[in-house]
Amino acid sequence: MSARGPARVSRRPGAVGAGRRWGPPLAAGALLLAAWEFLPPLLGVSDLLLPPASAVAVALVEQMARGLILDNLLVTLWEALAGFGLGSTAGIVCAAVITRSALLERALLPYLVALQALPKVALAPLLVVWLGFGIASKISIATIIAFFPVLINAMIGFTTVEAEKIELMRSLVASEWQIFRIVRFPNALPFIFAGLNVAIVLSITGALVGEFVGAKKGLGMLLLQFNFNMDIAGMFAVLIVLALMGVVLHGAVRVLHRRLIFWAEPDDLERRTP
Amino acid sequence: MSGDALIDVRDVAKTFRARSGEDVEALAPVALAVASGELVTIVGPSGCGKSTLLRIVAGLVPPTAGRVRIDGRPVDGPRRDIGMCFQDAVLLPWRTVSKNVLVPAEVIGGDATRAARRAGDLLDLVGLRGFGDKYPMELSGGMRQRVAIARALMHDPAILLMDEPFGALDAMTRESMNLELLRIWQAQRKTVVLVTHSIDEAVFLADRVVVMSARPGAIREILDVKVARPRTGGTRFDPEFLAVVAVVRAHFDALRPAENPV
Repeated sequence: MSARGPARVSRRPGAVGAGRRWGPPLAAGALLLAAWEFLPPLLGVSDLLLPPASAVAVALVEQMARGLILDNLLVTLWEALAGFGLGSTAGIVCAAVITRSALLERALLPYLVALQALPKVALAPLLVVWLGFGIASKISIATIIAFFPVLINAMIGFTTVEAEKIELMRSLVASEWQIFRIVRFPNALPFIFAGLNVAIVLSITGALVGEFVGAKKGLGMLLLQFNFNMDIAGMFAVLIVLALMGVVLHGAVRVLHRRLIFWAEPDDLERRTP
Repeated sequence: MSGDALIDVRDVAKTFRARSGEDVEALAPVALAVASGELVTIVGPSGCGKSTLLRIVAGLVPPTAGRVRIDGRPVDGPRRDIGMCFQDAVLLPWRTVSKNVLVPAEVIGGDATRAARRAGDLLDLVGLRGFGDKYPMELSGGMRQRVAIARALMHDPAILLMDEPFGALDAMTRESMNLELLRIWQAQRKTVVLVTHSIDEAVFLADRVVVMSARPGAIREILDVKVARPRTGGTRFDPEFLAVVAVVRAHFDALRPAENPV
């Protein structure tokens, strides 16, 4: 088996590609971890300010054993996902409505651009005052922050349609709704997904900032708590969990993207995916 | 002729408002009658309004003056007894070939099983049996245009309006698609109006060739093509074919210095 294994693998370009694909990042990761573990003491950095990787790993396992991580992770995850779902759905629906009317589009566009330029996290204190310390205020922030990139991209997608595709539909005496369902909406999907790719990461940011402003639960709250206690290893443990959460959620959107938009040019797909 | 014409274009003119605010006359008053089952081609330089004329007949663009009647009824908008083909196949890349052919049936409604069977038959007709589950990106340019023709025939329209349908294809594919179109036309007995900027293609396909000139678009001459059918690859060496080509070409040679100073 072991003799036949490599020969069989080498005939499959995918398997060779996997080794080549995962090898360099894994090696780089190992190198960075080693540097984190051994370099700071050599440079005279206090392990109170920058605890070594091993101490962070211990803290992570400890917090997980106490159930702190999972409890708060689920809260933040729910806030981010709910905000992402609500915000992107609202973004798509609003884009569809706005782009149906040239007048509406012209009337609203300057305000949408202005709102787009506003750092949405600045609304967090206001929303916490209005909606309280519970998850409602966090979901609201995540919703607002996820809404705009999806709205803007969907608006572009709904209007960037080859004129002849619309002409073809009109020649069949198609209704506006049929044109939307058969042409405009699927045509907009690559653009919408470019928005969703941004929105998923932003919705985590939104939930987290909301928790910073005032929360009873969540990874943001946990991060602040460790901060007050000067538990730097604990903070790093939370950061690692947050990074993993971001990678997994963004990865899920990307997988969905590739599954649904298989028909777009691959280089298009890459260009539209920030 | 115009009494029993299926398509009757009478004194149709089109003026566009340019960005500068000036009115540009795209189409001077033109008259044209197409009989049922006829294959008429319109040939002319770019900017001669031939595509505009086709869109007016399709009811996609309203004329500034004049009117079009189809089957005796005035055209006041798009209508479902017309199938359209464009220069690009205009397929929906997220749909399989079959689903693309089925778009007209989906818009118009009706029995889905019968529509699916008809889509299969039409793919056979255009020589794409077994390609129903492919996606447009998996097809060559010529194959995509075949799908577009099958789609245009889906709702069994009496009239096929084609706007430079083979303009984006290479010369060899184009010639084979010309033969394909004639075969399909003979099998389906549709009335076809086809716009092209290729003199050769216009004469090869047509019962009658409409020669247009530019600025403003106007009909210079309508020529009968009495070349025997069925036409084949050899038709392009037929003296009658070459004679008509020469007459059409003479129009453009005369025009070129005045129309296109370059």
